[in-house]
Amino acid sequence: MARMKFLCDADRCIECNACVTACKNEHEVPWGINRRRVVTINDGLPGERSVSMACMHCTDAPCAQVCPVNCFYTTNDGVVLHNKDTCIGCGYCFYACPFGAPQYPKASNFGSRGKMDKCTYCSGGPEEDLSIAEYEKYGANRLAEGKLPLCAEMCSTKSLLAGDGDIIAEIYRERVVTRGYGSGAWGWKTAYGETINVSA
Amino acid sequence: MTLRFKLAALVLGATLGFSAPVMAQQPVNPTASSVQEQQLLDALKPGETISGRISIPDARAADLEKPSNKTWMGFNLGVSDRVMGVALVGTALALLVFFMVKGRLAIEAGRSGRTITRFNIFERTVHWTMATSFIVLALSGINVAVGRYIVMPWLGYEAFGSLTYLGKLAHNYLAWPFMLCVVITFVMWVRHNIPNRLDLRWLKEGGGLLVKGKHPPAKKFNAGQKIVFWGVVVGGGLVSASGLLLMFPWFLNSATDWQLAQIAHALIASGMMAMILGHIYIGTVGTEGALDAMTSGQVDVNWAEQHHSLWLEEELARGAVQRRGPGGEVTPAE
Repeated sequence: MARMKFLCDADRCIECNACVTACKNEHEVPWGINRRRVVTINDGLPGERSVSMACMHCTDAPCAQVCPVNCFYTTNDGVVLHNKDTCIGCGYCFYACPFGAPQYPKASNFGSRGKMDKCTYCSGGPEEDLSIAEYEKYGANRLAEGKLPLCAEMCSTKSLLAGDGDIIAEIYRERVVTRGYGSGAWGWKTAYGETINVSA
Repeated sequence: MTLRFKLAALVLGATLGFSAPVMAQQPVNPTASSVQEQQLLDALKPGETISGRISIPDARAADLEKPSNKTWMGFNLGVSDRVMGVALVGTALALLVFFMVKGRLAIEAGRSGRTITRFNIFERTVHWTMATSFIVLALSGINVAVGRYIVMPWLGYEAFGSLTYLGKLAHNYLAWPFMLCVVITFVMWVRHNIPNRLDLRWLKEGGGLLVKGKHPPAKKFNAGQKIVFWGVVVGGGLVSASGLLLMFPWFLNSATDWQLAQIAHALIASGMMAMILGHIYIGTVGTEGALDAMTSGQVDVNWAEQHHSLWLEEELARGAVQRRGPGGEVTPAE
């Protein structure tokens, strides 16, 4: 069984934001919400690195642990999804997420939040696969069609890798060995509890 | 040789000359000065975020990774939930044991049948509005904290989700009458709740619990009630402040502030709920004749003599009327 993960090779990312745009278009993400974002560290300085970040679909996801209504579930592929019908918009998943993945497109009474929205690994939600209801609530379900997430498919430099964790870790390791350098698998330690050894 | 040839030779020679040192260098390492994630993570202090620059207008999106969020989660699930459980279950058990040992505190002289007014309609309305809001606020809050362990197994996933959602709405709306009543209560009763030496004596004598027949004097509110008053005003004030910050998050700067507000809200609420459980016990089951004060507003004179002797003296001196019987017929003051 595959264990799906994301890996952003920060040494290849050119901050083109194609991943951001692809995701936003594919799922018709509401205005002001970005399921995926590209953050540039040390911008303009030597050693500038850009990292594409969305939900990491963590092992033992903190969002799932802290949800008061248990609206999260992990699929057989390790993808962390949630049920928007049950979500009460309390915001605790955002407080708990180390990566800031949960966002809240709608507002509720006073200043409180509406239903949460986040990266679904292009895997939809609890509605029936590839139904209209699923698309309206969660966006496209590429995994049900046998495809990989669009952000990684559209990456112009193939810095963003998506797929089975072991496979993409191996691809990254090969890259690091061949070219002789690598700044690490960003977020992996925090999300999966393990990281890829890149020291040559 | 033509000028053009000399120029070409010059350029060629210069290029080769300048490139010689480069070709003799070690291979360039493009990541010599690059940021490494582990290095950034190690440099993080608790509560800090690895962040950078972003082209999306939402500045908060520039935060990349904040591992300490898991600490908040751990606190919420490991500590805060347990504090609440101990506060509620522990207090309930302690009250149960107290009741089994001490029983109901009776009016020692028995009911006289004559009553005087203790709380007027305004005071009682404010109290009950505050009390019922507090109960619903407390229940909806407990539900968000631990409901998924206690209530969801009984209700099932869907119904529990709907209940929690309604609870959240109720919590956000009832917060307002609660806050208003806390303010009114403060204004209304603060002058009766200033601590004084009488309170020290009252506390030392255990509020009359230690020796049967020996009950320390008290004015309108005894020391125990003053503790509840200030608990409600100060605790209620803090829980309201943190709650408002949670309800209107843009008044705070960062998500870390939201986490702190949430922790404060949960812990202070736990303390208040424990205190109010005690208050409910004493006002209903625990003390005979006490509940009348808040329901009809009329208390038996013997009850007042026992528990608030100085207040009774002042009231009678003021000319308070003693009523007799359920019909409330008036008898001339003696």
